[in-house]
Amino acid sequence: MLAILDYKAGNQTSVLRALRALGIPAEITADPSVILAAEGVVFPGVGAAGQAMSQLVSTGMDKVLREVVAMHKPLLGICLGCQILLERSEENDTTALGIVPGECHRFRPEWRDGDEPIRIPHMGWNTLNVVRPSELLEGVDSGSRFYFVHSYYTEPAPELVIATSHYGREFTAMYGRPGLWAVQFHPEKSGRPGLRILTNFYRYCQEAARV
Amino acid sequence: MSEKSHLSKRLIPCLDVRNGRLTKGVKFKGNVDIGDPVETARRYYEEGADEIVFYDITASCEARGIFLDVVEKVASNIFIPFSVGGGIASVEDMRAVLLAGAEKVSVNSAAVKDPYLISRGADAFGSQAVVVGMDVKQVPVSETCPSGYEIVIHGGRRPMGIDAVAWARRCEELGAGELCVNSIDADGTLDGYELNLTRMICDAVTIPVIASGGAGAPQHLVDAVTKGGASAALVASIVHYGQYGIAELKDYMEKAGVSVRKV
Repeated sequence: MLAILDYKAGNQTSVLRALRALGIPAEITADPSVILAAEGVVFPGVGAAGQAMSQLVSTGMDKVLREVVAMHKPLLGICLGCQILLERSEENDTTALGIVPGECHRFRPEWRDGDEPIRIPHMGWNTLNVVRPSELLEGVDSGSRFYFVHSYYTEPAPELVIATSHYGREFTAMYGRPGLWAVQFHPEKSGRPGLRILTNFYRYCQEAARV
Repeated sequence: MSEKSHLSKRLIPCLDVRNGRLTKGVKFKGNVDIGDPVETARRYYEEGADEIVFYDITASCEARGIFLDVVEKVASNIFIPFSVGGGIASVEDMRAVLLAGAEKVSVNSAAVKDPYLISRGADAFGSQAVVVGMDVKQVPVSETCPSGYEIVIHGGRRPMGIDAVAWARRCEELGAGELCVNSIDADGTLDGYELNLTRMICDAVTIPVIASGGAGAPQHLVDAVTKGGASAALVASIVHYGQYGIAELKDYMEKAGVSVRKV
């Protein structure tokens, strides 16, 4: 079973619906015992970093997340979840979880994509440039596009970068190491290739739970 | 030759829902039943639609319940973003459709009457969840409407004396994450988007803009995202009656040098 972390920040139901459609057992929960007993944890989130961090702290979910990582339980951060796993975000000048070394910065309106200045948020479908192989990307075609919606981008420690994307500049679209991953895009809203990433994550969780 | 963007331009079918069924009107008048919204959404998803917009054009409370059921069913069947508009007048209305599974809500008339609805929505759910739909009509240039485009509400029947470009800027300031600019003059004509209007709005704001109203041929979509500068093009009649498939439209756009997502 996958636990979808509930900390009252944004819409976790999309992730739940996608997992259900894939036949993956999942539940939205804020119960530490359920989270710590799950095969893997999904850490979603939309909205602002500052507010999300205070929600995490006030619900005690920050501690639960640290415990999940300390136990080497597989974790997948999505969008804002991907951003606040890092040490700091420029958004609301937020001190974030600091589980992964790195920071989060804002896209600059003077940057250009194609013939036009970029619009912020970076909203829509973009490609991945895979720089390091990952279990999560198995079976995903190289030209696949994923759905992004964000105004800040992550800069984790370079050795953790799995895939980048390009919008005004190259930025990290996916980072992590086996068992601790984060994606800036929304796999639950990225059609078939996105669903494949969720399936790959669950398979990894099941295998990790077995050993 | 222009440079291709990394971010692809979006093609967004718009589905008008009335009493749980799909309907399509011309210039906001007269509607005909054209099918089941969940089945149609699923088909567009499979064919490569980048996003889908549902517009609730029913007025009664009981029909509202039917509509929310449709939204829930759609959310369990398609795994791309979709937005919901029509009759959204409060943060509670927004919450209901977001909880039913939509990513974004589109506010229109209610935001014109109460602009802070935009900021309340953005505060509660994030800017990315709030799309402002603007119905726009061309008017003679005047002091109140220096752009020559005016905001209208109630399906185009009521002019508001608000300049469309000024309104677009205001929406951005209030926290809208995206604008959907619908030309009442072009809507349902199949003669192409109002490119001058689209370009004016795109140049006035830094958030993404969706062009709406008038798509009748593949070249219209290319024009909307190149000459018009839009991030996305809304389509209705051009796809609803089987004249063009989503994949076919995208092939055309790709050949014209536009960055598109293929499935």
